[in-house]
Amino acid sequence: MANAGRYARMNHITSNGEEGQGQLVRERADVRISGLTKRFGDGPAVLDHLSLNIPAGEFVALLGRSGSGKSTLLRTLAGLDPVEYGDVARPTAVSVVFQESRLLPWRRVWQNVVLGQKGPEAKKRALQVLTEVGLAHRVDAWPLTLSGGEAQRVALARALVRDPSFLMLDEPFAALDALTRIQMQALVLTLWRKHQCATLLVTHDVDEALVLADRVLVLEHGKIKVDLPVRLSRPRRHAHPVFEELRSELLQALGVQNS
Amino acid sequence: MAESYSGHRSAQELRIRQLRFVGRESRRFLSPLLLVAIWQIASVSGLVSARILPSPVQLAHTAWGLIKDGSLPTNLLVSLERASLGFALALVIGVTLALISGLSRLGEDIIDAPLQILRTLPALALAPLFILWFGIGEEPKILLVLLGALFPIYLNLHKGIRNIDPKLLEMARTLGLSRVQTIMDVILPGALPDLLLGVRYALGVAWLMLVVAEQVNAESGIGHMMMDAEDFLRTDIILVGLIVYGLLGLISDRLVRAGERWLLVWQMQGGTRV
Repeated sequence: MANAGRYARMNHITSNGEEGQGQLVRERADVRISGLTKRFGDGPAVLDHLSLNIPAGEFVALLGRSGSGKSTLLRTLAGLDPVEYGDVARPTAVSVVFQESRLLPWRRVWQNVVLGQKGPEAKKRALQVLTEVGLAHRVDAWPLTLSGGEAQRVALARALVRDPSFLMLDEPFAALDALTRIQMQALVLTLWRKHQCATLLVTHDVDEALVLADRVLVLEHGKIKVDLPVRLSRPRRHAHPVFEELRSELLQALGVQNS
Repeated sequence: MAESYSGHRSAQELRIRQLRFVGRESRRFLSPLLLVAIWQIASVSGLVSARILPSPVQLAHTAWGLIKDGSLPTNLLVSLERASLGFALALVIGVTLALISGLSRLGEDIIDAPLQILRTLPALALAPLFILWFGIGEEPKILLVLLGALFPIYLNLHKGIRNIDPKLLEMARTLGLSRVQTIMDVILPGALPDLLLGVRYALGVAWLMLVVAEQVNAESGIGHMMMDAEDFLRTDIILVGLIVYGLLGLISDRLVRAGERWLLVWQMQGGTRV
């Protein structure tokens, strides 16, 4: 990483190569977004003056229909898309887990986990974090021999081995079967508790958001429409009346009538 | 009891399957052998004139004679040298050009267009020009092999580099991989299957170019041996030459396949050939 210090400044790139108007933020490990605006070409704004803070260690779930700007927001935070208008400050130690595991099929599982990391201890560290996700026995396997759930767990291990202060999960369980998904949600919760990193989960699944997150956001037309704290102790039960209440509220915000 | 019974049956099934596999494999050799046998019978019974098509036994005699008097090994060595030199040069140049044009836009703009134009020229048509330029020494033959083998290597590797899954490149960016690390860990291994495919094509073309180069003008080599035999109406020597060419092509293809199995072990064990 070219960035010196613990915080990355991401607002220095504009569409026509000019300096942005933001300033370097250095004081907290929070993720801080203010006035973030993004449009492709002359189309409508995908992100529209969006402001959001994620305090260190908080688990935030981001809901929204397709095209609401969820993915664009995450890609911007991951550094894959430039910040054109607005300020974004986030810790430099970030990791992303995508919907697809994105493992290199030509590298063994442990090599994928420590990809780009140097040092003689690499395999030991890979084994350590693979044990955390319950895949110690697959450390030397080729990725093409893994099941979908196993591959996602390797992707999680690859994200965690970097000890991120901010973890981004882009619909990480969407391609998994329902039972595997429940196991993965429990695993993510365990890992989040252990590593205490700020986490942003982008998902379509209202229940998933409510089971996992401290706070659930609903994004619509590039703006945060709902910002809902979930004050339920974990593990959470779907049958809990407060859970039910939050669920209908979120569904309504997403434009789904709850019968 | 039921478990031990099923275990017993599956072992038996496995043996039957193995036997079937062996049977299948030997059947694949059966029909070529049968054809050779029919050929031999047709020759012996006088159905086919020995001047037009000598019998397999006769060919074996001829081949043995050519080996004993040293003409087959000598000519084979010359041909092998031309082919391997031309092919090695094609590999080095093709890989270098593909890396430059695959990894940089500027390189692509400079290199790709001329190569795409040259590619459309039938390389064999350059033979007369090469003879005028380089005479009848080794250069025109090696150059023809080089030119023929270059394009499959360049085109396939270039395509392989350009077709790397952009999602993997994105992943490399989020992991903070440097450009060099991305090339070494993502791009080159990802393009390797395409390179090997190009190498296999290139080997086929290399042999073809060699045949033509050696038959147009040469004083040695398998092709020369065959042209010489034509003057003396030695159908048998020509056929031996053909068989040698065929074997060379087969062996080189097998070698590349063995290389693939070794280099692309991640595909084989994954059970999916991409």
